Amino acid sequence: MNGGLKSDRRELVLDFGTTSGEQRRRFNRTLVAGVCVFGTMVVLSIFAPWVTNGAPIRQDLLNPLVGLSAAHPLGTDQLGRDIWARVVYGGRTDLHIACLAVLLPFILGTTLGCLAGYFGGWVDFVVMRLVEVVVAFPFYVLVIALVFVLGPGTRSIYIAITVVGWVSYARIVRGEVLVVKRQEYVLAARSGGLNRRRIIVRHVLPNVITQAIVFAMSDVVLDILVIVTLGYLGLGVPPPTPDWGQMISDGQAYITTNPSLSIIPGIAVMITGFGLSLIGDGLADVLRPE
Amino acid sequence: MNDRLLQVEDLHVEIATSGGVVHAVDGISIELNEGEALGLVGESGCGKSTALRAILGLLPEGARISAGQVLFEGRDITARGRPRASRRVARSAPISMIFQEPMAALNPVMRVGVQIAEAVKHHERCTTTEAHERSIELLRRVGIPEPERRSRGFPHELSGGMRQRVVIAIALACRPRLLLCDEPTTALDVTIQDQVLALLRELQLEQGFAVLYVSHDLAVVSTVCDSLAVMYGGRIVETGSIPQAFRRPKHPYTAGLLDAIPDFDHVGVLSAIPGAPPSLISPPLGCRFQPRCRYAQQDCVSGEFPLIPVREGGSTACIHSEVVQTSWVS
Amino acid sequence: MIVPEEPVSTSVLLETRDLAVTFPIARSGRERFGRQPALAVHAVDGVDLVLTRGQALGLVGESGCGKSTLAFCLAGLIAPTGGELLLDGKRLEPTRTAIDQRRIQIVFQDPYSSLNPRLTVGQCLAELLRVHHLVSRGEVRGRCEELMKLVDLPVDALAVHPRKMSGGQRQRVAIARALAVEPDVLIADEPVSALDVSVQATILELLDSLRRELDLAILFISHNMAVVRHLCEQVAVMYLGRIIEQSSAENLFTDPRHPYTQGLIAAVPRLTRKRSQRIALTGDLPSPIHLPQGCRFHPRCPLCQPVCRSIDPPATTGRVVASDSLVPHSVACHFAWSPRPTSP
Repeated sequence: MNGGLKSDRRELVLDFGTTSGEQRRRFNRTLVAGVCVFGTMVVLSIFAPWVTNGAPIRQDLLNPLVGLSAAHPLGTDQLGRDIWARVVYGGRTDLHIACLAVLLPFILGTTLGCLAGYFGGWVDFVVMRLVEVVVAFPFYVLVIALVFVLGPGTRSIYIAITVVGWVSYARIVRGEVLVVKRQEYVLAARSGGLNRRRIIVRHVLPNVITQAIVFAMSDVVLDILVIVTLGYLGLGVPPPTPDWGQMISDGQAYITTNPSLSIIPGIAVMITGFGLSLIGDGLADVLRPE
Repeated sequence: MNDRLLQVEDLHVEIATSGGVVHAVDGISIELNEGEALGLVGESGCGKSTALRAILGLLPEGARISAGQVLFEGRDITARGRPRASRRVARSAPISMIFQEPMAALNPVMRVGVQIAEAVKHHERCTTTEAHERSIELLRRVGIPEPERRSRGFPHELSGGMRQRVVIAIALACRPRLLLCDEPTTALDVTIQDQVLALLRELQLEQGFAVLYVSHDLAVVSTVCDSLAVMYGGRIVETGSIPQAFRRPKHPYTAGLLDAIPDFDHVGVLSAIPGAPPSLISPPLGCRFQPRCRYAQQDCVSGEFPLIPVREGGSTACIHSEVVQTSWVS
Repeated sequence: MIVPEEPVSTSVLLETRDLAVTFPIARSGRERFGRQPALAVHAVDGVDLVLTRGQALGLVGESGCGKSTLAFCLAGLIAPTGGELLLDGKRLEPTRTAIDQRRIQIVFQDPYSSLNPRLTVGQCLAELLRVHHLVSRGEVRGRCEELMKLVDLPVDALAVHPRKMSGGQRQRVAIARALAVEPDVLIADEPVSALDVSVQATILELLDSLRRELDLAILFISHNMAVVRHLCEQVAVMYLGRIIEQSSAENLFTDPRHPYTQGLIAAVPRLTRKRSQRIALTGDLPSPIHLPQGCRFHPRCPLCQPVCRSIDPPATTGRVVASDSLVPHSVACHFAWSPRPTSP
């Protein structure tokens, strides 16, 4: 040093504990509300045999279209099947498919988007052209067409949703990666001699994935609607497995006399969607970097 | 008659945050006469920028003036309780402000000349042509070459220094009697900073407006201003003329700053100030600087420490100002 | 315990010869098909620098002069497009071996974006130690604690995420990270510019003591000449991709010979500056895309002569007497050593 340095090296040890503001953030009200609502639906569908009479498919042709009663809390449909049981078991089917259906595009889209964003060049070129091809088609048209071609059933639903749904994740993640890869901590990782795989997995991915996760929440809602729509069109889960979309479609013929046949599964879809939206909003707040 | 141009009296600004109420400005008083240039110095978080914005009613959402008042030419321009009215009053007064980031202060999709003309028309009754002519004249005055061509251009076509000059031109449009500056040269390179500071000095001498200059850079402040107010933890801890404050600082924080800054001409001993600034949500009792102060004593730990005028001019909040020393040599 | 590998010596560690980094600009159709020459940014345009063990070299310059590009190039983040980089006399290839990559480390300017927000300090350091097999598995924790002590941070900081730390503390972590791989050269790219004044001095002192303790070669990049004057023995001034003046700090600041250096020094605000002093340098910072003909500084040079407009002066080295020793002083100006003609 040309001058000199006289300094008091006494560094006051600062308290690194969490502040109260942060704790408050972890228990974000929207998130809690969303978890309660959606969680209720999930719990009900898991414990379906215990909360219902356990017989969603059992027909009772002697008691069709019965109103609310002790044996049938929400009445029966035109074939005497208990609506409450069908709704809960239908939820089981739909939620199960939707959650799995959102996972595959998430993984595929995040991976491709990350690679495209990080490496650029021809990787980016190819991925972006694929995105453009898929995006050229209206979402529902493509999904329905694919399911139609592949034949109705859960496997086709998974394939169709994956093929069409990965693009949103890819675009989101690619955008985030383009920003993050220029951050100085990524440069520092490169300068520190870490190989590319490690940089992508440990330094880039954890910092871009939150956006994709938040999007995934709204994507689950979308996928539930897709499944319900497919069910309504007769391209969903084959009967007699209960399914909200099928229930809505079946109830159409009785819409003037017994509207509850269609409305009740509709309300179930609404509540699920509402819960997921709250979770998505709450997560967005919680995961937002300070 | 009170001839003070600007009088800030016991100003308090509170900001509501998720962690609690931050007392960003905790009772500061400033007096500025016509043509005077006062530097408000302090480090990040001391409240100097917030204080400046409070004067002009530019506080962000969640921030409000909780006590005190701001008098410009004897009139209260804060008018608390009637926020909209106060903004109108404050912004029609001949007070201008220039900020740190020139690109953020200029509308990127509006031509430069139009932005200046807009400011002119807001403060004077004149036709569009007259406003346009005045805007060209202002561009020339702030040293932009080819002003007619530049006035038709857009901000992104200009370099950082040029943009800051345009910002100054806009500030001059209302023929200000007071210019508030919030670190306007911090984002500029050294030679460009030199030009902009020279321009500000020149304009101040020529037009005679007062300047309130906020910065963390003591050297920059000393080239523009005559007197100084040092802020720490939301309060002013020392005031005085600049030569006096540097030669004989009366507050340990001022001395600490002088000791920490490497001055180009004097390669001397550098020492840092240990610790960190206090939390403004729950400030410590007693003197706020005491936890970091090398002269701290028992009686600094509790009590109130208002600014007390000192015999040789200026004031200090330190009750042990006689022992304060700096190793900086003028 | 960190022990320097050799005793303090004046061995040249890192050398650049005519180093160049040019970035092509996205070309329009016309340029792509050959009608118009493609534009390029000559960020670094022929730089000769020498870093020796245990010495701090200051690099000063304003925006657009290429100092950060040079730093990134030395640290292996950008490949040079011309010239050579020599480490211990051996030429460094654009793709470096892991060992060579470790030897030159960089500390960045912004403490708020130079640390991965998802990792604790300990995780960040441990990763580097493990990947390079610098210590055995059982010793990782111990070494991390040593690194914390080296940068004057408490050991509990290892469990903390960067967002809970102040700017000064984060910068110490960044320094610890750079030191974790045991480099010989440390590039500090404006390490204190984003910090409060009261904290700057501790980081500067830390760098200085590390330089002495570990016999590091430090390249200290800054726009703040006062800081450079306090910290560095050697100083180089950069303008538009070239080093236009270089000498010992004492010599350069007392006897600057290039008009740009003189202007730069005059422009530094001082605590005792008298008001209404003449402006040091007029004109704007030029763009590194359209380099001026001849001497690249001539459009702004108050002492410009006809020869300056046509011929680009090479750096000439003279030996100057300074405090009883001969000190090399290199300047890229036609009139560095001879008087200017009196009439233009």
